[in-house]
Amino acid sequence: MTSIASPQSTQAQAAQAQPVQAEPVADRPQATRAGRRWAARPGLVLASLYVGALVVAVVAPGLLAGDPLRADPLNALAAPSGAHWFGTDYLGRDVLDRVVFGARQSLGIAVGATLVAVVFGVLLGVTAGLAHRYADEALSRGLDAVSAFPLMLLALLIIAIAGTGPGSLVVAIGIAMTPHYARVVRAQTFVVRRAAYVTHAVAFGAGRGRLALRHVVPNVLGPVPVLAVIGLGEAVLIAAGLSFLGLGAQPPAPEWGAMLADGRAYLHAAWWAPVFPGLAVTATILSATVLGRRLQRFFEGRRA
Amino acid sequence: MLARRVGTAVVVLWVAATATYLALLAAPGSTVDTIIGDGADSPEIRAQIAREWDLDRSPLVQYAAYLGRLVRGDLGRSYLLQRPVSEVLGAQLGSTVQLAVAAATLGVLLSVVLALVTTGRGAWARRVSGTVELAFVSTPGFLVGMVLLNVFSFRWGLFPVAGDRGIAALVLPAVTLALPIAGLLTQVLREGLERALDEPFAVTARARGLRERAVVARHALRHALLPVVTLAGWVFGGLLGGAVIVEQVFGRPGLGQIAVTAVTSQDLPVVLAVVMLSAAVFVAVSTLADTLYAVVDPRLRTAVAA
Repeated sequence: MTSIASPQSTQAQAAQAQPVQAEPVADRPQATRAGRRWAARPGLVLASLYVGALVVAVVAPGLLAGDPLRADPLNALAAPSGAHWFGTDYLGRDVLDRVVFGARQSLGIAVGATLVAVVFGVLLGVTAGLAHRYADEALSRGLDAVSAFPLMLLALLIIAIAGTGPGSLVVAIGIAMTPHYARVVRAQTFVVRRAAYVTHAVAFGAGRGRLALRHVVPNVLGPVPVLAVIGLGEAVLIAAGLSFLGLGAQPPAPEWGAMLADGRAYLHAAWWAPVFPGLAVTATILSATVLGRRLQRFFEGRRA
Repeated sequence: MLARRVGTAVVVLWVAATATYLALLAAPGSTVDTIIGDGADSPEIRAQIAREWDLDRSPLVQYAAYLGRLVRGDLGRSYLLQRPVSEVLGAQLGSTVQLAVAAATLGVLLSVVLALVTTGRGAWARRVSGTVELAFVSTPGFLVGMVLLNVFSFRWGLFPVAGDRGIAALVLPAVTLALPIAGLLTQVLREGLERALDEPFAVTARARGLRERAVVARHALRHALLPVVTLAGWVFGGLLGGAVIVEQVFGRPGLGQIAVTAVTSQDLPVVLAVVMLSAAVFVAVSTLADTLYAVVDPRLRTAVAA
């Protein structure tokens, strides 16, 4: 959903985002200039800060929050306050603690799924790109068929077969997102295949396997990291959605989607219980999109 | 041209059906177990179930039978409800179609208005609208749905809290579903408008004394709408995927609810039917959109004829 790249607009925004420098700045200290460039892009700053916080929350959640499972029934459904910034849920558990600890589960599933999609995507894309016309045609039609299923429904089908749980979610979302990467890598392979260094390698008698591994794969990977960052946002969205449906992490484990589902029953009394985990999901997707687009611009600029 | 498109569509659907069938074969656990559930269990009952559901035939025969049934529009029988799947789906299809049509209409209208309002208003307007679009696309449906429910249903009591009772119950789910669509379409539309406004015909129109609004509404919009048509398939997929979540949030009956219930109870024929149905409609919509593209854009028609 968020992955539709828009070269025109990114270029336009890049041109417009260039700071206009009317006066000579050579004698200014380096730090000020850098600071001003960051200030010109509040979205990028916020996204970087949020991603930093996410990394800490995944690696060492204890630094940011207390025990996500500690219940305090006397203090259930308390509104956000100094003691509980995000309020408490129906068992009196601190919502902020649970959101922080939920990062590991939610992001873990999304990162795992993205890795699965990237690995399969590169494998299939390079194979299709190097294969004989008919084999390529067959693989491409297969990818078309997979992408004919709406992402969410394909994930549901795979979960119906593989069972529920975080592991299934990784596989389901990973497979559902594979065609996205495979298409780009296949197109990239077509370009690389005609490059002079590949022709030379063939002339020097490189075998098919060696050719693919040493010369093609490293050179088709260029756009993959950027796609993966943007794709990660989408994976977070679907993972949270599936967990919201009760197909992923099971309670009482803190996970954003599951917390939303939990808080739904108390929505009329305590909006904060479902809304804050939902905002965490939104902020993650936004950050991934903003950073992904920035990376895209960076690489496009370098290549040009 | 058209025949080729339809041919490709059929091949894609056949591959999709085959892939789902292979996935079913790979599913762990026995189908007989699922059908028996908590019911009486004995070797005779097992044998009878296997015979009844054709599970004792070879996979190839079953595959052929499965394809044959799909072609005839027979979606099989639910393991758990012991009713034809088409009956189960048919009962709630209307509710989802209603939701999807309402959301798509709303999404397209919203994006046209947003794009028209923000195009040509300078860098500031573009920044604001870019941020709004990004927020629409990035906010999950379950969050939007819950906030809308809390504000409009619980606090202000404007709309019913759950269920499918008339137009009033349709408003909030349709809005929830429409926002991400509007976000993406606005991005595409605005880019198209900006590109079109740089074209010579826009200059000509301005030279004829048309006001900027008129140039945008009468000339540029037609060009900008073209890329939107190609997104029809994507929009449809987003609608169905989103409906799964939105129906859950608003306690609305529909295909999404059926699918989720079927997934948790491992009622594979029902899941399979919903998934195949959505793939079939996706392929149909995309094929139609591609064909429509040539009809809407006369330049493509001459290119094909030449």
